[in-house]
Amino acid sequence: MKSGAVLHRYDVAIVGAGGAGLTAALYAARSGDVRVAVLSKMLPVRSHTGTAQGGIGAALGNHEEDHPEWHVFDTIKGSDYLADQDAVRVLCYEAVELVYELEHMGLPFDRTPSGRIAQRPFGGHTNNVTKQPVRRACYAADRTGHMILQTLYQQCLRHRVAFFDEFQVLDVLLSEGVANGVVALEMATGQLHIFHARAVIFATGGWGRVWQITSNAHSFTGDGAAIVLRRGIPLEDMEFFQFHPTGIYKMGILITEGTRGEGGVLINGRGERFMARYAPTLKDLASRDVTSRAIYLEIREGRGVDGKDYVYLDIRPETINHYFDLDGKKNPDGTPRRITAADIQARLPDIADFVRTYLGIDPLTQPIPVQPTAHYAMGGIPTDLHGCVVVDEHNTVLPGLYAAGEVACVSVHGANRLGTNSLVDILVFGRRSGLDAVRYCRETDFVPLPDRPDEAARATLEELRARPLREERMADIRVEMQRVMMDYVGVFREAAGIERALHTLRELQQRYQHAGVHDKSFSFNTELLEAWELGCLLDLAEVTAAAALARTESRGCHAREDYPQRDDENWLKHSLAFRTQQGIQLRYKPVTILDYPPQERVY
Amino acid sequence: MKVTLKIRRFNPEKDRSPWWGSYEVECEPTDRVLDALNQVKWYQDGSLTYRRSCAHGICGSDAMRINGRNRLACKTLIKELGNHITIEPLLGLPVIKDLVVDMEPFMEHYRSIMPYLVNDDPSPASERLQSIAQRERFDDTTKCILCAACTTSCPAFWARPDYIGPAAIVQAHRFIFDSRDQAAEERLRILDSPSGVWRCRGIYNCTEACPREIQVTQAIAEVKREILRRRR
Repeated sequence: MKSGAVLHRYDVAIVGAGGAGLTAALYAARSGDVRVAVLSKMLPVRSHTGTAQGGIGAALGNHEEDHPEWHVFDTIKGSDYLADQDAVRVLCYEAVELVYELEHMGLPFDRTPSGRIAQRPFGGHTNNVTKQPVRRACYAADRTGHMILQTLYQQCLRHRVAFFDEFQVLDVLLSEGVANGVVALEMATGQLHIFHARAVIFATGGWGRVWQITSNAHSFTGDGAAIVLRRGIPLEDMEFFQFHPTGIYKMGILITEGTRGEGGVLINGRGERFMARYAPTLKDLASRDVTSRAIYLEIREGRGVDGKDYVYLDIRPETINHYFDLDGKKNPDGTPRRITAADIQARLPDIADFVRTYLGIDPLTQPIPVQPTAHYAMGGIPTDLHGCVVVDEHNTVLPGLYAAGEVACVSVHGANRLGTNSLVDILVFGRRSGLDAVRYCRETDFVPLPDRPDEAARATLEELRARPLREERMADIRVEMQRVMMDYVGVFREAAGIERALHTLRELQQRYQHAGVHDKSFSFNTELLEAWELGCLLDLAEVTAAAALARTESRGCHAREDYPQRDDENWLKHSLAFRTQQGIQLRYKPVTILDYPPQERVY
Repeated sequence: MKVTLKIRRFNPEKDRSPWWGSYEVECEPTDRVLDALNQVKWYQDGSLTYRRSCAHGICGSDAMRINGRNRLACKTLIKELGNHITIEPLLGLPVIKDLVVDMEPFMEHYRSIMPYLVNDDPSPASERLQSIAQRERFDDTTKCILCAACTTSCPAFWARPDYIGPAAIVQAHRFIFDSRDQAAEERLRILDSPSGVWRCRGIYNCTEACPREIQVTQAIAEVKREILRRRR
């Protein structure tokens, strides 16, 4: 890297400019007396929050009776009882005021005829009394994430947050037992920068790029999680990674659960609506883990379409109306519920566009080939209810360090996240971490930086850049990692397969040490950064596989074929994975259970 | 199918001036142009530089000039283009490296139109009401992803980079016609300046370039009409 480093000083340094980072920045900046910097490896409006489609869950009750407490129960049940119930309570009760705040900030929600925020059904969202689907997902067509990201960025501009765009953060600085800054590479110039801060918030998102088929952006490489893991901080519940049931076949591009919220159904190769067999009450609106497993089982038993590894998602109006009739769906006035092609086009315009662009078919007249796609990390950097990072099974806080959003594990999602709750999470815990960081800044001074704070980051990049080009290619290593993780640490898992994956991952770690890069320049060296990101992915893949091997039960999206039952007696606990000289070490901490003891989970 | 990519290259640390690189890749007709670029970067020449993220037309990272037209590389399929594909950086913004341009002049125009809702009335306890028709009024311009495909296809912008450009006007439109916003006057004053909407000559390149199919020229015309209406 270029010699020397530029030093900056901010009260709060936020890493990542998606929904969680921007929310934290906005609330911190609005408090008035702290200086806030947001560092992002992309322009903020490029962040992955923008690809969220179907809606954000909040029990506004704009169409029918709903309560935050029902949202609490649905979230806990969805989590297969692994979520911490105090955190879920915070999530679901604060969701309501935060959705209203978003509206006040200008978010263009779709509207009901009376001018209120429009809501639609989503997987696992229920009326707790009747057990029937409830309209809880607040939406703006199928562009809810885009609108949230834009609205938050707009408000951050208004409140003069300092943005450092295309700054790749490489390291977190810790001295005297507290976090006090980060080291970042300015991509355009190859210059290193040191951000000295009172508080650091990681909001870098997930790592779906560990898997072959994923809905996640190329940039979703788990940088923040890998950075803290390498600094001795554990990662929680890494064995739980959600596969969304409906990705576009072979491409993984997300098709929102909102398609099924609007009445779309999954159909196997025999033309059967198979979800009725797996989830008799909610059918196609069962939880995501249940639905993804059902699709895999249909395919395994030869009932994929044309015997291949996909099924159909059917959103043709005649199909939807047919199943509305079979299910006895009615409008509030008692007339049979109906949907038209124009309604679908208006409510799901981007989905229709994706299917037309990438598959060359019209979803209003043809069914869509789909397969489960790696989608969301339930696990991540462990935090308390204020976003403070906790570093052991006693929940000891590491002062000055925060995490929020997908990179964090509070845990509100447990073993399986309820649809729409990722957007709730980024707002609720983004705000909480931003506000708590402000409180912390008022109470503490800057802790002096360690000697030569940029040394480790510089050495890592220099070594990577200086490697001679050999036969070994970074791309081959990435493809192999993604394949073994898809095959052995995906929707279904068993010991022999996970062990095989771990073996391969360790080989790939070795091969990675021998792969080089062509591009030796300073300016915008994306090849070098992709190689660095691959190092993050490999570390996270190994942690995921190690935690998955250890957990000898099936819970939420962690489905062990050799241990098909949930085992509350031994496994109602969170894993904490530490990276040590001897490899990945696992420790465990209890789940917070308040009002909802574990029950059998049926949809 | 075998595809030849002709790509405009420039590394500021090595090259005095841009040059054309030629690469052969094996593609499926249904592959995206971005997939072809990745083939080159991952297996032939790692120094090829471009921005990309979501790979399905939402994040707006990979706008570039493909066979002479501004498009997103992840939303353009090989089969639309044939065997010979020419790829250049967007025009009118400084090139940093290969297909990466400096977005700051573009973002500066965006920031100049007050791109945020202004409403200083006390907030109600729940949502502000807005009718379906009021919401529909500005729906089209909420889709903008700030990819810069429109602005960098505009001859008026090429001629005068101080022209605020179609994307900033689209973003202003999104607030001017939002029933909840109270700063339309100020935004219209900004857009009624010499570098504002009147530089638009109705060439329609922007509308053709928009990967989100926003009716950009129409939005600009609506802003012009609103300025004239308020002058009366």
